[in-house]
Amino acid sequence: MSRLETQLPGLTLKNPIMPASGCFGFGREFSQLYDLNVLGSIMIKATTEEARFGNPTPRVAETPGGMLNAIGLQNPGLEKVVEQELPWLSQFDLPIIANVAGSQVEDYVEVARTISQVENVHALELNISCPNVKTGGIAFGTVPETARHLTKMVKEVSEVPVYVKLSPNVSNIVEMAKAVEDGGADGLTMINTLVGMRIDVKTGNPILANRTGGLSGPAIKPVAIRMIYEVSQQTDLPIIGMGGISTVEDIIEFYLAGASAVAVGTANFANPFICPELIEGVEQYLIDNKIDHISDLSGRSWKKDVKRAYHCS
Amino acid sequence: MINKEWMTVLSQEKIAVNIYELTLKGELVQQMNEPGRFVHLKVNEQMMPLLRRPISVASIDKENSQFTMIYRAEGEGTKLLAQKKAGETIDVLGPLGNGFPVEAAQPGDTALLVGGGIGVPPLYELSKQLNERGVRTIHVLGFQSADTSFYVEAFSALGDTYVATVDGSLGVKGFVTDAIQQYGLEADILYSCGPLPMLRALEEAQLTKKGFISLEERMGCGIGACFACVCHTKSDPTGTDYRKVCSDGPVFPIGEVAL
Repeated sequence: MSRLETQLPGLTLKNPIMPASGCFGFGREFSQLYDLNVLGSIMIKATTEEARFGNPTPRVAETPGGMLNAIGLQNPGLEKVVEQELPWLSQFDLPIIANVAGSQVEDYVEVARTISQVENVHALELNISCPNVKTGGIAFGTVPETARHLTKMVKEVSEVPVYVKLSPNVSNIVEMAKAVEDGGADGLTMINTLVGMRIDVKTGNPILANRTGGLSGPAIKPVAIRMIYEVSQQTDLPIIGMGGISTVEDIIEFYLAGASAVAVGTANFANPFICPELIEGVEQYLIDNKIDHISDLSGRSWKKDVKRAYHCS
Repeated sequence: MINKEWMTVLSQEKIAVNIYELTLKGELVQQMNEPGRFVHLKVNEQMMPLLRRPISVASIDKENSQFTMIYRAEGEGTKLLAQKKAGETIDVLGPLGNGFPVEAAQPGDTALLVGGGIGVPPLYELSKQLNERGVRTIHVLGFQSADTSFYVEAFSALGDTYVATVDGSLGVKGFVTDAIQQYGLEADILYSCGPLPMLRALEEAQLTKKGFISLEERMGCGIGACFACVCHTKSDPTGTDYRKVCSDGPVFPIGEVAL
């Protein structure tokens, strides 16, 4: 077994590094740049029952070490994703994680039921944390009982394991994690973006047409690390960690906090070759530091009873 | 083929108020053909600015593996770019997007090239290629004022060139549409790049049977994956049909996208 091969509910991954949902479309654009087979998986763009145009532009604004986005879940709708995007992706040896979104419980259930039957979809990522839609999204991800109920309803219809994507815009992240665990979640992905805003000092108006947006990028990494550190000690669910990863050291840090796999989001925009570079880089890091398997690092920051297998160089 | 390359700065010169002409050298130039495409630049290796900056290609010199951009140093990214000196390197992704179709104009045709401000640069390579094809070019260039104008002589060498400035300090006082009207300019085909109000005015004026416009929009990835720079289509202005400015454009046939 390689140092990177990873087993998670529903997922046998060549390596635990994948592009995060919303930052990679359905893979078509990046397939012009490199062979997608090098990836562990792809978390495809959020899919809703009906096609969505999303929000007016401007949809992005930069911040120090980060960016705000308010795309608004633009996607071609369930039918086209199932009939066009997923079959196109089946040419690659990739277990796909399908991000499922909706405005009400019934929407999530319908999308989950259909998309989980597609052969190359090996897991769902339940999007209860998008801050850029008027209904649904984050509305399901900030009240524990609502999140638990939605998870339970989706679990009843899904043919594949369900990971729930947690929002950092809550006062108690552990409570949210436990609620979706109670609802039957098979894993967690965290974190989604933090709600933020920028105002143009010349016009006095918010830069984003949607006014608020989701903050991503290196600026939010410490928030993600803290939340994974807390949650991984309080639940048994595996965590796919995300939030500002752009270097090999970032990935190591996510593992030390308690992640079992990682996703790369905003960094794909600054460097579209970042995922293959990080996959190579992490493998080299493990070799250089004599670490047999990347999972040996998971939770090392708090597993004080385990003998440290390596020393940070 | 989209490449990422550390290209070397050959020269950087300030050619008008806040306007810079930057020439880079590298293998990536061999992928550049169509005028009107752009490159996506990472202006430094820091986390601010985090994203790349899309800049249009103003002229291509394949023989010497170099290309030139003209940009306005206005925001944080372009101000940093303006500090780059000969010999330094820049991380370039490109060439990106779809450019102006030169073959849409037939030899012997007259093409009207209308640019506004920082929309003028891509028209220069376009004009060079049209002239090589035997297409007569007429240029109408709009600027805020004489001191922000550039390349007027370079365009004049390729064909009749008219200038409009908002303050009247050079050429016709007013907008490009005023210059077109004043001189009664006519053509078989229109190519344009510039601010949205200018493109709207040109579309309404219906100067030619066919035409192509290049749009500007805030971009994220520049390759079509992030959906930051989408616009509605004219046939479905409030629905879910869309075009991505970065990868479907930035050049579109007039009438395809809702302005």
